[in-house]
Amino acid sequence: MSDTHAQTVRYVRDSMIQPSEPPNAQTGAVKWMRENLFSDWVNGLMTVIAIYIIYSVLAAIAPWFYHSVWNAGSLNECREVIAINSPNAMHGGGCFAVISDRWLQLLFGFYRADLHWRPILAFVLLFVALGPILFPNRFPRPLMWLAAAYPFLVVWLLWGGSFWVPILAALGFVIGGIVGYFGNKVGGLGVAVAAAVVSAVVWWVYLMPVVNDGLHATVAEARLETIAEQTEADLIAIPEAQEAIETRMAELNARVAELDAQLEEIVAVEETDAVKAEFNAIMDELETVRAELRILSRDAYYYSQKSTDAKTIASNLEMLPEWKAAAAEGDEIAQRNLSDAYGRLGLVGLEPVTSREFGGFMLAIIIGVAGIGLSLPLGVLLALGRQSDLLVVKVACIVFIEVIRGVPLIVWLFTASLLLNYFLPPGTNFDLVLRVVIMVTLFSAAYIAEVVRGGLAALPKGQYEAADALGLDYWKSMRLIVLPQALKISIPGIVNTFIGLFKDTTLVGIIGLLDPINLSNSIRASSDWNGVYWELFIFIGLVFFVCCFSMGRYSLWLEKQLQRGHR
Amino acid sequence: MKKSVLLGAVAVAGLTAAAASAATLDDVKARGSLNCGVSSGLTGFSEPDANGVWQGFDVAVCRAIGAAVLEDPTAVEFVPLTTQVRFTALSSGEIDILSRNTTWTFSRDTDLNLNFIGVNYYDGQGFMVPKELGVTSAKDLDGATVCIQTGTTTELNLADFFRSNNINYEPVPIETNAEAQQQYLAGACDVYTTDASGLAATRATFEDPSAHVILPEIISKEPLGPVVRHGDDNWMDIARWTLNALIAAEELGVTSANVEELAAAPTNNPEINRLLGTEGDLGAMIGLDKQWAVRAIAAGGNYGEIFERNIGESTPIGLARGLNAQWTEGGLMYAPPFR
Amino acid sequence: MTTQSDPPKRNGFRLSQLIYDTRYRSITLQVIALLLIGGGLFWLYSNTVTNLAAQGKDFRLDFLWKRAGYDINQQLIPYTSNDTHIRAAAVGMFNTLLVALLGCVFATILGIVFGVLRLSKNFMASRLAAVYVEGFRNVPLLLWIVAIFAIVTEATHQPRDFKTGDASMLFNESVAITNRGTFIPSPIFGAGWELLAIVAVLAIGAAIWLRKWSIKRQAATGESPMPIWLGIVLVIAAILLVYSLQAGLMFALLSIIKVAIIVAIAVIGYRVAKTFVPNVLAALIAAALIILWQYFIAGPFWGMFGFQPAFDPSVTFDYPELGGFNFSGGLQIRNSLIALLLALSLYTGAFIAEIVRAGILSVSKGQSEAAFALGLRANRTMSLVILPQAMRVIIPPLISQFLNLTKNSSLAIAIGYMDIRSTLGGITVNQTGRELEGILLTGMFYLILSLLISAGMNWFNNSVKLKER
Repeated sequence: MSDTHAQTVRYVRDSMIQPSEPPNAQTGAVKWMRENLFSDWVNGLMTVIAIYIIYSVLAAIAPWFYHSVWNAGSLNECREVIAINSPNAMHGGGCFAVISDRWLQLLFGFYRADLHWRPILAFVLLFVALGPILFPNRFPRPLMWLAAAYPFLVVWLLWGGSFWVPILAALGFVIGGIVGYFGNKVGGLGVAVAAAVVSAVVWWVYLMPVVNDGLHATVAEARLETIAEQTEADLIAIPEAQEAIETRMAELNARVAELDAQLEEIVAVEETDAVKAEFNAIMDELETVRAELRILSRDAYYYSQKSTDAKTIASNLEMLPEWKAAAAEGDEIAQRNLSDAYGRLGLVGLEPVTSREFGGFMLAIIIGVAGIGLSLPLGVLLALGRQSDLLVVKVACIVFIEVIRGVPLIVWLFTASLLLNYFLPPGTNFDLVLRVVIMVTLFSAAYIAEVVRGGLAALPKGQYEAADALGLDYWKSMRLIVLPQALKISIPGIVNTFIGLFKDTTLVGIIGLLDPINLSNSIRASSDWNGVYWELFIFIGLVFFVCCFSMGRYSLWLEKQLQRGHR
Repeated sequence: MKKSVLLGAVAVAGLTAAAASAATLDDVKARGSLNCGVSSGLTGFSEPDANGVWQGFDVAVCRAIGAAVLEDPTAVEFVPLTTQVRFTALSSGEIDILSRNTTWTFSRDTDLNLNFIGVNYYDGQGFMVPKELGVTSAKDLDGATVCIQTGTTTELNLADFFRSNNINYEPVPIETNAEAQQQYLAGACDVYTTDASGLAATRATFEDPSAHVILPEIISKEPLGPVVRHGDDNWMDIARWTLNALIAAEELGVTSANVEELAAAPTNNPEINRLLGTEGDLGAMIGLDKQWAVRAIAAGGNYGEIFERNIGESTPIGLARGLNAQWTEGGLMYAPPFR
Repeated sequence: MTTQSDPPKRNGFRLSQLIYDTRYRSITLQVIALLLIGGGLFWLYSNTVTNLAAQGKDFRLDFLWKRAGYDINQQLIPYTSNDTHIRAAAVGMFNTLLVALLGCVFATILGIVFGVLRLSKNFMASRLAAVYVEGFRNVPLLLWIVAIFAIVTEATHQPRDFKTGDASMLFNESVAITNRGTFIPSPIFGAGWELLAIVAVLAIGAAIWLRKWSIKRQAATGESPMPIWLGIVLVIAAILLVYSLQAGLMFALLSIIKVAIIVAIAVIGYRVAKTFVPNVLAALIAAALIILWQYFIAGPFWGMFGFQPAFDPSVTFDYPELGGFNFSGGLQIRNSLIALLLALSLYTGAFIAEIVRAGILSVSKGQSEAAFALGLRANRTMSLVILPQAMRVIIPPLISQFLNLTKNSSLAIAIGYMDIRSTLGGITVNQTGRELEGILLTGMFYLILSLLISAGMNWFNNSVKLKER
């Protein structure tokens, strides 16, 4: 084709000229920079300032990170390592060895290491349980039951105890539901609600402890013999194991002391490369020894707990007949002791863990999740109450919400730790974690109520009117029409409230719970790590950032999803 | 007296069913563990290790009592408490004994319905300054900025001291030792004041401890001791005499190493024999068995051993015995006779 | 809600109507609710009374009038350790109010700046703003407070360094930035300061009136209003004039002459230079001339006359001086205040930035396009068209941020800022063992403050709300 044309017509262009490259200033990085960084002099100035800020921040902290130490047994050792390996470091380096030593503690508090699978499982199950709630269409319906069972399951997983306790507790709701159902048929809604609440409370307060004790007693009586044998065997086996561990630990400790002495000598002599190499070789060996020591001391702790348990059980077994006799005569203390002993002997399930052992991020997550989970129903009720036509209810709700929101969480936490004992009946005494969860629930309920109120207000008025037009009564219209829509709108707000609450859990340290920040104070109390400052805060801040940032992104994503749904 | 709480059923495992009414000893025995209130972190006195095992001087007292009562020094549950909630926790029965560097004062002993069982550490509020300031006495501190670790009496002692000496100062009250230490090292304060033991512990962790001096003035008396509730005299006796047993053991030369041996057969010293139960039955008078003191001493050693291991001169904290030496060595540690 | 047809004609009132008749049911429910709430409150009250009695305590407030015994570093009202607990509480209260007020102002400024920056087309600026917002929003405030306190302390010099010469004071030896705080000169009010105060008030009033009048004039004639900076200059000029007149007539005249010479040099220099070189360069030349005059010629020139007019002003300044351990004199803005203020306003500012961003995005694009079509520049578009409309979206969440900031100021104890939580709710409670009373009073204070703030802000919101006709 082109050949023929070439012969016949001389000046016909047979192919397009390739478009020439844009000028250098209009392509690639240069163009991008011109548009995004230096479009005018104000922008240019801002860019320069921004770069300067980034530079000065990096210049201040990068060397510190660069010279940081991850392997050391104490702050002083960190200092030695830095002095030997990077003697020219201006501001020294970070001693992140404290994190390698204590990160498990920062995550789980004092929760025993061999039981860590329980909180982890609870955490994983949280997402499994949240799935069907957040995406009801994508998950099979039966999974909803998992979501409903989750609260009971998680309490059992975290605190341990006999497997039937959560079932019995859940039974309270079932009983309430059944009574409510029949009550509704007989006497209408008000009667139904009252009857349901009363029956559930009666079950929990009066019947359930009896059933629980009965079950424990039965199980305990049935296996008294085996327990006695088992305990006897334990009491022999545990000290043996302990002894083996102690011997090995003593060996390792001797080795550590030896290595420490060598280090001491090295630090004393002049610094050359050979010395540096020798020093680092010793540090490496120290690390391996310490790693083994860490595991051993974990085992030692495990066995000491086991031995305490075994001794308690042995003494309970011994006292049992005496208590039984006294309890039969109506001695209240003996009755209580008996029920406690049966609780220990008849335990079928997970080893109990007291909430005192909770700490670190685990505690923060527990308080945050429990606070939001429990406050949701309360918050919805408060939001409805605030819009109610009933003056008394409305005023009460407004006063509650405003009072709670008007006072800082710290003051509420102090109330929980110091004053709740005054407000409750004399002799009542329960767990600080539970007290804090209750207080945090009330606190976040007020915030959730405001979020839900926003959702209710955002709903077009036509929806309310349509519900009325259909002849639905108040609760039906709320349950079937208004709340499903309003709650959907409020989900991002609820997630944001959760993020806020999660961050605020750092305040429980002020009343003595070992949240990550207060735990960092405990870690600093050990003379090995006293004086470590930034490293712990950086780690804690980073974990918080990762959690909150991802939740925040999720909330944004959710917002977009929901918006699409509305079109 | 035990009242059920509504949520109790749901979180039954989280409930502590302690009631103040029963005798504490029976409660502790039935529970199989002693609840001991400690500070959530005070170097040398109470500090959790990487496994969450508590260690320290205050902790050791509880372990000794645990050993005496429960035959097991590890059967102690440690409850970290803040200064503000410690007394409430004790009077509400959440803990059986408070061993949390608490100063014995008149009003606490009487007005707050508590009983101090003795003194396990004689402390006092002191000052630490950088050596380069050239200060040798707290009276030279006119115009100084003072970092205070806020406690219960620290601020008051300081205000009184400076007022009575007619010196001006600028208080910088700070809640935790970590922040106070950071401020002091950065030079934001000229002086750091808290209990002398705390100062020593803090100084020991500095990069260059010799660059800081602890001034000779001790401006307050802080006799620190374990506390129990009013109204349970038997429990008070147990706690008090366990502490005394530790102190007496040091005086008598009974240590964790030789206690088993000495307790095996009566010795020539009748006091040792009574203490270790080879003569008479002192244990029965406080509702315990004959071997109670043996176990208490075996748990962590006598008073001197506990001191040396946790805060003594061989530790990084390096406190000298000072006032806390035995009375025979010029100190104030003086256990009443065991007879 | 009540879709009631004609009430059925029944004779008399039956008890069951209380439950089944919608007319009465609401009353029944309310009575029940009232009984429940009252019963609950009474239950709490009686428990408290029993518990207090059991512990041998009582509810009395007389401890407030006993000697406090502790010192407070930052006092807006005079206080010594001999004063009462209630005075200590008042000192704390003012400290809380101070940090809350300043915090709200700074947080708003930061929020607006970073909110706008985040939408900026400048890549670096918008990313930096995003890092700031996300960094502060996603880490607990307590950590930030502690961290910023430590950074502020580490980044500044200790007073000792000023002695050794490692650090020096700023602004002609009048300001010292140390790690204990920033020391600035403090005014001493001598005789006649009242006149100055009156003049200041009058001048500010006049400037505001002028501004309002010029805005009205703009509506009537289209002339642009008096710029705000001119108002500020006028106020400062008026105050300076009276100040120097008070200090001495001759001094005032001399000062006016001095200022006049400088202005003359600037104007003449600029005019003359403009004829030869571009404007920017001319301005630089004028500036150089002023510096030349002021720093090299003025001294010898005025020295020639050998005339020192009497100078006896009504308000003098007390300058900070390095004493034994520390600076004395002047006004000390403590590091705890600076750090708390920074932390609170940076933290809240991050939230406000998001609110501002959302508010700006909520203004439809047509508005800015219309403004551009009218020929408004970007910054005028922002300040005249977008922000006023965004305000309506911004203000309601802003109120709750202000409330949050106020409540969050109660974390001050962590870095030793003596707010009401640290004095009344902290040391006083510790000293007296009156936790019930102390915490109740502290809570009440925050509650009342929150209610006042939200009432005030709601009033403001109503006044800027779009008036719907």
